[in-house]
Amino acid sequence: MACVRFIVLLTALVCSTLLRAEAPYPSTYQPLPSQSLLITNATVLTGTGDRLDQASVLLADGRIQAVSSRAIRAPGDANRLDAEGRWVTPGLIDVHSHLGVYASPGIAAHSDGNEATSPTTAHVWAEHGIWPQDPGFNRARAGGVTTLQVLPGSANLIGGRGVTLKNVPAVSYQAMKFPGAPHGLKMACGENPKRVYGQRNQEPSTRMGNVAGFRARWIEAQKYLDDWARYEQRVADGETGLDAPARDLRLETLAGVLRGEILVHNHCYRADEMMTMLDVAAEFGYSISAFHHGVEAYKIADELAAAGVCGALWADWWGFKAEAYDGIPENIALVDRPEGSCAIVHSDSSEGIQRLNQEAAKAMARGRAAGMNIPPEQAIRWLTANAARSLGILDRTGTLEPGKMADVVIWNGNPFSVYAKADQVFIDGALIFDRADLERQPLSDFELGQSLGDRP
Amino acid sequence: MRRWPVRTLLASAVGVLWLLPAASAVRAQTLFIHDATVYTMSTPPVVQEADIVVLDGRVSAVGHGLEAPDNATVIEANRRPVTPALFAGITALGLTELSGEATTVDQTLQPPAPPPLDRLAPRPEFDVTPAYNPDSTAIPVTRIEGYGWTLLGAGRGGGFIGGQGRAVSLDGAYDSFLSEPVLFIGIGASTSALTGQSRAAQYMLLEQAVAESRDTGASQPGALLTPLGRQAIARFAESGHVVFSSDRASDILQIIRLAERNGWRAVISGGAEAWKVADTLAEAGVPVLVDPLRNLPGDFDQIGARLDNAAILHEAGVTVSFTGGEEAPHNARKLRQAAGVAVANGLPHEVGVAGLTSAPAAIFGLPDGHGTVTPGAPANLVLWTGDPLEVTTLAETVILNGRRIPMVSRQTLLRDRYLPADSDRPRAYIRP
Repeated sequence: MACVRFIVLLTALVCSTLLRAEAPYPSTYQPLPSQSLLITNATVLTGTGDRLDQASVLLADGRIQAVSSRAIRAPGDANRLDAEGRWVTPGLIDVHSHLGVYASPGIAAHSDGNEATSPTTAHVWAEHGIWPQDPGFNRARAGGVTTLQVLPGSANLIGGRGVTLKNVPAVSYQAMKFPGAPHGLKMACGENPKRVYGQRNQEPSTRMGNVAGFRARWIEAQKYLDDWARYEQRVADGETGLDAPARDLRLETLAGVLRGEILVHNHCYRADEMMTMLDVAAEFGYSISAFHHGVEAYKIADELAAAGVCGALWADWWGFKAEAYDGIPENIALVDRPEGSCAIVHSDSSEGIQRLNQEAAKAMARGRAAGMNIPPEQAIRWLTANAARSLGILDRTGTLEPGKMADVVIWNGNPFSVYAKADQVFIDGALIFDRADLERQPLSDFELGQSLGDRP
Repeated sequence: MRRWPVRTLLASAVGVLWLLPAASAVRAQTLFIHDATVYTMSTPPVVQEADIVVLDGRVSAVGHGLEAPDNATVIEANRRPVTPALFAGITALGLTELSGEATTVDQTLQPPAPPPLDRLAPRPEFDVTPAYNPDSTAIPVTRIEGYGWTLLGAGRGGGFIGGQGRAVSLDGAYDSFLSEPVLFIGIGASTSALTGQSRAAQYMLLEQAVAESRDTGASQPGALLTPLGRQAIARFAESGHVVFSSDRASDILQIIRLAERNGWRAVISGGAEAWKVADTLAEAGVPVLVDPLRNLPGDFDQIGARLDNAAILHEAGVTVSFTGGEEAPHNARKLRQAAGVAVANGLPHEVGVAGLTSAPAAIFGLPDGHGTVTPGAPANLVLWTGDPLEVTTLAETVILNGRRIPMVSRQTLLRDRYLPADSDRPRAYIRP
């Protein structure tokens, strides 16, 4: 039962009838074939905060088997790769992508990311808009991205469900869907919803309207949850002939958040608005997994850490609208600074997702220049473990720890460099990208037969 | 921020101020940069362990074992790189404060909606220069990252004939324009909505504009251009710089022919598929301002976008410079990273640095060795903490017109307000 894996709230209502059926649109992901591989002599950033020099990593049966700076005994049939001079990290994770829903080429027909027809579209799912042939998936993989969350856009207060994907080439999104990963819920505060609907003389046209809109929806969701709980209770008490409450796709999603099964990813720029959203969450008893964009997150770094909320941030974007005016390049480093923090480098960009390592490098350099001690083994967590935590998959990926999925990147050197390149990328132990081998460089159907020259 | 020791040999050179030409409204300093890896961008392009003397706003000497002038402020480079202050690409620096707020955006003469073909009224006489505001917060933000100048873009994304702009120094002065006007024209998918939904109409309309500009009689009824528009097009007919924002190889070939017919000095901006016609570009002497981060088919004009575009163009003999993916000024500072990506994909390192310095200065005809570190060149210099194209490198000292600029921006002030881990009072009281 898929929903059992999602249990985070200790309540009797965790698996109601609502979700008792097998979750629809299930993952059909199957790891590609893999061989055991022993990587030796590498500089390893584990994602747990450690750096191991001249270290070995053993991948077998799709899992990390061992990571050590001492010799590892590998099975006789294991391939061996001497990674002298190269660095090994967990596969990179982008928690904020619109690949597939705003696919390249960015033509009108590919605009599938914003159902901007109502301020609350909690019933739409990003996965139903994903075009798996988006060449952006391939480019992101060449940049070391093994997992990504594809989110709806930010036109709406509540934009819909996001989906977490394994970045493998496939003809359906189901075949990319990260098995057992919870859905995300995209929420957006600030300028976008109030602009989109205000222009139509509709609510919300102000930040007041934004918050009133959130509260009204959560009240409906609580009632929906209660109606179902009462119904379940009466069924459990042996009553028969009852009509089940009507299913409502909007409220089903929101109820999933209140039950802790769906993780909230909240687009929010200003510090004051993030504080408001923390209060909205407290009022209705849900958690925010991460604030996305948060260009003012540095102003409330302590509050975010105390609340256990991640900040998924850009290295240096600012100024493209009023709520982005106070962006500073030290944002990520400052959010990372408090005890218990969770800073994440995200992209929101088909270009940025290819160079998350460079974005992190810029943030790291800025933090250091401002006097913070940020070694590579710390900065890599912004792209791996912290990102996995916010997506609810840290128990399966995001670090190089025995038992975890063998989602691994071998870099040609220190990844925190403009010259760094992913030499080889593994997902569940399968070599899915190899910079030196055209046979391991997937090309989307869209690009086949186009005038591309001699390249992938 | 870490600062390297600066030895002041004598008091500041206030007296020099009065010797400067009136145009240079800033206080020049006498500076001696000691023991640098100097990217002269001349011959040879890089000199190790060299010294630079800056006098009266200009580089007065570059070489080994130079002597510091008596009154010079000495900057110890410790063999780290010094480059010319960088070109920030074609931007709306000083023309846009917040992209999303129309009242703060001046770079585009926006038609109210895609106009019908008989009411296109392109306005080549539209010139963004008088709208330039050196007090924009984006300028110090960009300047302290080592950028000394930009080309003000007109109308990108909002114009077919977008209008005119000029190169401008980011020194903060109101009138620091460095070049003659440059005309911007957008060809291809991104502007076809403005030209009756066909790029073919773009060539038709340009020919019409040129024909009207040659007609010195009274305006004909139904003319495409206003009288000022005709004058503007006529001015560019003799070696004026015309930047064509265009990506598709077939369009780039058309542009080369169009420019040759009309006496324009064409520059391609964007040029995602320029690599396909690299030899023709080289033969025609048409330079390309590449966006090295573009490797996706963003639209059907960019199907062939690839990371080694700049490398292929250079290999074929095309002059390569860079510009960012959008005109918004805020991330102009990312251009150095983009050049690094071009180098990571095959462009020689020195050519990557040239694309941010000497190449754009030469392309747009900046005078006096601008974009180089050579005697007589304006002293626009950056001392870097390391490889100037590396993402972990920062600009440590920025010198514009011979003067060290304060490494302060609205962003550094916000940083310094929130950097103390604890504050016993509201941070609004902290004035860094």
